[in-house]
Amino acid sequence: MNSVFVYCESDNGIVAEVSLELLTKGRKLANGLNCKLEAVVIGTKLNGCENDLFPYGADVVHVADDPRLDPYQTLPHASIFTGLMREKKPQIVLIGATSTGRDLGPRVSSALHSGLTADCTSLEIGDHEDKKEGKTYKDLLYQIRPAFGGNIIATIINPDHRPQMATVREGVMKKEITDPDYRGELKKIEVDRYLQPEDFAVQIIDRHIEKSRINLKGAPVIVAGGYGVGSKENFDLLFELAETLGGEVGASRAAVDAGFAVHERQIGQTGVTVRPKLYIACGISGQIQHRAGMEESAQIISVNTDPEAPINAIADYVIIGDVADVIPKMIRHYRKNTK
Amino acid sequence: MEGIKIIVLAKQVPDTRNVGKDAMKADGTVNRAALPAIFNPEDLNALEMALTIKERIAGTTITLLTMGPGRAAEIIREGFFRGADDGILLTDRAFAGSDTLATSYALAQAIRKMGRVDLIVAGRQAIDGDTAQVGPQVAEKLRIPQVTYAEELLDITGERIVLKRRLEHGVESVSAPLPLLITVNGTAPECRPRNARLLMKYKHAKTITEIQSAAEDYLHLYNDRPYLNIHEWSISQIETDPSQLGLEGSPTKVKKIDNVVLQAKESRIVAPTDDEIGDLMKELIANHTIG
Ligand SMILES: Cc1cc2nc3c(=O)[nH]c(=O)nc-3n(C[C@H](O)[C@H](O)[C@H](O)COP(=O)(O)OP(=O)(O)OC[C@H]3O[C@@H](n4cnc5c(N)ncnc54)[C@H](O)[C@@H]3O)c2cc1C
Repeated sequence: MNSVFVYCESDNGIVAEVSLELLTKGRKLANGLNCKLEAVVIGTKLNGCENDLFPYGADVVHVADDPRLDPYQTLPHASIFTGLMREKKPQIVLIGATSTGRDLGPRVSSALHSGLTADCTSLEIGDHEDKKEGKTYKDLLYQIRPAFGGNIIATIINPDHRPQMATVREGVMKKEITDPDYRGELKKIEVDRYLQPEDFAVQIIDRHIEKSRINLKGAPVIVAGGYGVGSKENFDLLFELAETLGGEVGASRAAVDAGFAVHERQIGQTGVTVRPKLYIACGISGQIQHRAGMEESAQIISVNTDPEAPINAIADYVIIGDVADVIPKMIRHYRKNTK
Repeated sequence: MEGIKIIVLAKQVPDTRNVGKDAMKADGTVNRAALPAIFNPEDLNALEMALTIKERIAGTTITLLTMGPGRAAEIIREGFFRGADDGILLTDRAFAGSDTLATSYALAQAIRKMGRVDLIVAGRQAIDGDTAQVGPQVAEKLRIPQVTYAEELLDITGERIVLKRRLEHGVESVSAPLPLLITVNGTAPECRPRNARLLMKYKHAKTITEIQSAAEDYLHLYNDRPYLNIHEWSISQIETDPSQLGLEGSPTKVKKIDNVVLQAKESRIVAPTDDEIGDLMKELIANHTIG
């Protein structure tokens, strides 16, 4: 059986969280398919990185280690990854839906002429019967994601093309060590077999990467605001509540589009996925793309003027009221009771 | 310096940002007909970047290319009003059901047909899918480099372009050779508004299909003023391999669509009063959810 592959992003020798999450998921898929899980790491200072990946169940770790390969650039990474995929013919390829993965994935899928589904919220193995053609397909990758058009989830398949490719956002899958003593095989990639001088046509002149100060994933409490918050000024109330509770501020896509909050704060299918102890949804209607990123929160409070807002259905506490009135009360009563 | 030839890729999309209650049907799905069709927001940022380049390099031309149904000609007119020079609507039943790969194939074949092209500028992603795939796929099909998430034009000469990119956790400046494909981020400068003079000039711009259904006494306009013709291309105008088009050319298939039924929790209703909010906060502190 052909393998499941995971493209592992690395920065200065450190493999990204999302890649470890995908290895965890990839291990489960490979178990179901009875095949190998293989990781590909392209970058530099990768000596020993395989030891970080084996515990997640990687049977083979392919490493392309060359100073020209870090920081990430489209063409060199695409050439190596595409070349390797042509040789290894995996059945499944998983890539993190990060700025790197979203740059690389489509380029590779186009070169391999294979389908790519973006921002999957769930991946499963299943069969498919094409009644029209009278064909049955065994063990396809079900690429599951919310679809535009309301409360609907689409299951996408690639019956005839390989690899079946999917991107997944950070935080959607859970990272879990399969076996701390798991040992696979290390394979060095000879980069010059794949690279052309033209691959270095684009030059990086300058680069400033900061550790994000916004840590939504690790926050125990998230105060998230939607379009109903009404303005950037009203968002300040949410910041005050978050600070009071020791939490972080999130936002819906509509709030980001309206300029109330920066994109990094977006929660949902095409934003960040969170599972805090408490999620306070303020002026958020709760469309499926938003719920995809927060419905596993331990407790949910909804503050909304509309008793019928869909978010209320999944909330533990529903406060029917105006954000501008309710949030200051929450701040006041929290302070009163914790002095 | 000689002008360069730019193609802006744009898509007409349903305005997913305004799915208000009026657009929701009782079964929880969206009534698409109730949503306005708009110029995909980041494609407008792309158009602005192209217009900025046109201002810097005399003789530069901008062609707006869109694939879609007949009504997508609306966004080409919108592009004319803001400064695009030419427009092509790629429309054919054969494109129906295209996934991103089949879409990028059709777009790449249309671009090939246009001869020398120096720069292709697209929005980062379309709001009806957020996939951000078509730009890079077109670049790969044309075998040219790509620069994604461009936020600012730092410099351009006839041979190279310097751009600032907005990444998840920072910024990066790159210098890239032409020909090149760029995808532009929503954080890039907003598109300039319609220009009153251009609005007058292009108000009657139409595709051949639209002209055919227009009033007879207008027809001479399109001979007298060739710039009013929006090119309409079907598969007979571009070279294509039919097996790469539309549903057949799409590796990804929708197996099924499920309606999600919300598993309603037993929610507790809390009145927005001081008493009840006070009690709620006490409870959350007592059970260590907060505090
Ligand atoms: C491809 C795609 C990807 C997407 N990805 C995401 C994603 O990752 N994350 C995401 O969030 N969305 C995403 N969306 C958008 C999603 O479908 C919704 O449009 C969006 O979540 C709506 O945001 P909202 O709830 O803030 O706004 P609205 O739906 O407009 O809801 C506003 C709410 O505020 C309430 N309200 C109004 N005034 C007040 C007030 N004064 N006080 C209290 N309540 C008030 C209203 O009753 C309403 O419930 C995506 C859409 C598509 C098509």
